[in-house]
Amino acid sequence: MSDDFSIAGQVFGSRLITGTGGAANHDVLERALRASGTELTTVALRRVDPAARGSLLEVLDRAGVQVLPNTAGCRTAREALLTARLGREALGTDWVKLEVVADEDTLLPDAVELLEAAEQLVGDGFTVLAYTNDDPALALRLERAGCAAVMPLGAPIGTGLGILNPHNIALIVERASVPVVLDAGVGTASDAALAMELGCDAVLLATAVTRAQNPELMATAMRHAVLAGRAAHLAGRIPQRALAQASSSWQGLARFGAA
Amino acid sequence: MLAPVNELRTGEDDLLALCLLAAAGFADFAAAVTSTSGLPTGYRECGTLAVALDAGDRARLSQIRSAQQSLGLEVEGLTGRECRVLEPLLDPGVCGGSLIRHDHQVDPRELFSALWTAGQRAGVEHVPQLGEVLVQDGCATGVRLADGTVRRADLVVLATGAAAGQGRVRPVKGQILRLRMPKGEHVLQRTVRGLVRDREVYLVPRENGELVVGATSEDRGFDERVTAGAVYELLRDAQALVPAVTELELVETMARCRPGSPDNLPLIGFGEVEGLLLATGHHRNGVLLAAVTAEAVATLASGGTPSPEIAACSPKRFQKAAEGE
Repeated sequence: MSDDFSIAGQVFGSRLITGTGGAANHDVLERALRASGTELTTVALRRVDPAARGSLLEVLDRAGVQVLPNTAGCRTAREALLTARLGREALGTDWVKLEVVADEDTLLPDAVELLEAAEQLVGDGFTVLAYTNDDPALALRLERAGCAAVMPLGAPIGTGLGILNPHNIALIVERASVPVVLDAGVGTASDAALAMELGCDAVLLATAVTRAQNPELMATAMRHAVLAGRAAHLAGRIPQRALAQASSSWQGLARFGAA
Repeated sequence: MLAPVNELRTGEDDLLALCLLAAAGFADFAAAVTSTSGLPTGYRECGTLAVALDAGDRARLSQIRSAQQSLGLEVEGLTGRECRVLEPLLDPGVCGGSLIRHDHQVDPRELFSALWTAGQRAGVEHVPQLGEVLVQDGCATGVRLADGTVRRADLVVLATGAAAGQGRVRPVKGQILRLRMPKGEHVLQRTVRGLVRDREVYLVPRENGELVVGATSEDRGFDERVTAGAVYELLRDAQALVPAVTELELVETMARCRPGSPDNLPLIGFGEVEGLLLATGHHRNGVLLAAVTAEAVATLASGGTPSPEIAACSPKRFQKAAEGE
């Protein structure tokens, strides 16, 4: 069954988007990327030199994944704009994962600067995928500002705490008419599966794979988790109930001791 | 730092084997260099203390320790207070640690000058110039120096680190700081490596009072500029572990490029060009691996068979991988 999804008109076969931070070495990263089946991988513009030989970008090229530059490390809308423009020049892509964080302790998105940057980047012709809080109101504002996708966090970056507010994620999904990508907080496969069960269109994760004891195996687990969660979402789950209900009826059981 | 245990990343078993081999022979190597040159190398068998700052760091350090122990490495788990018995100037917030008794240290600058002198005494001619390898019909025939002179040779050994420009070797920028501890008031007795909110920092106290704080790891091509952000972050994390660092004199900031390879294992051996022996791609372990690399080069140059640890470093491993695709 083909179950592609698209962002800004571009179709992807895999609903798993990955990041590159935290891998022990390039070989490990390349094997993990291949195992994950991902087609889109985000790279921090502040941490790579696109022209450098043997760089991360060559690894991504070899693994056949598309590069999604991001503005990690930016604290103001202005920094995010400058960084995104540098990325467009260096990498020749209009796509950007917009990240504007409030402080180093939480790395939570700064709502005001984020919206400001999103409006300006959209005006500048960028395809903006906005990393945002699990706030349904802000997600809607970003969509209305013209973002191509909204990417609410499950939990703060790098915490691996999973999805702290599933209700809000479901609410964002319900009201969004652009793709919703769960970004940040995924610690293990069940977190990724839950995101898809809640109706997210895709999941973005990095350290859950790159920092795992066996990154390649965890990448495989994530690929399956995303597929499983998506299938469960489409299949329609049974309602939860308090008391047991046998799956077979009582009728037709043998009767003992009858006259 | 000579840190086979602490630099270990899961899945890098070949690199661990090579580094352990190098560490086991390092004391004899340092003694030989000193006896030939008459100069010190700064080799100190002081061990390393790895510490964690918050609960998340402690969990990760404990996971790393389990992986180290499962490979049979000698690592001892400590509480925060036990860490502070060993190093009383650690921040009271340090909440756990690992003592690695066999990860020692050497002063790379002292070692380099001692090796330089030892080489001269042994009749080695140093020509400190840029140059390029001459290749004719797929075979290395010598080098051409920057001043235009050509030196012919049957065998060329390329050991120029990140500048080697060889196949899969890339520059990985590292920024470090040098601070000075007052006489008789060394803030640390041994190498301390810390996890500070999942960021890595190390502090290496030298006997001469120097305290080295490092290091960033940046994939940015050939860029040797020191940045304000890196100095700030290194000092911030060093100070979080050892508050007294703020009182020290900041003597030097520096950025250099390590030669990184795709699997973090060096390239030692013959590659595609006949007569060209590679010894590069040592990444974060160049000083530790200096002697085993030199021995391997000597063995390979005379047509001998290297040990299995060195054989794993053959540059041909990348050719095989490319053909397998």
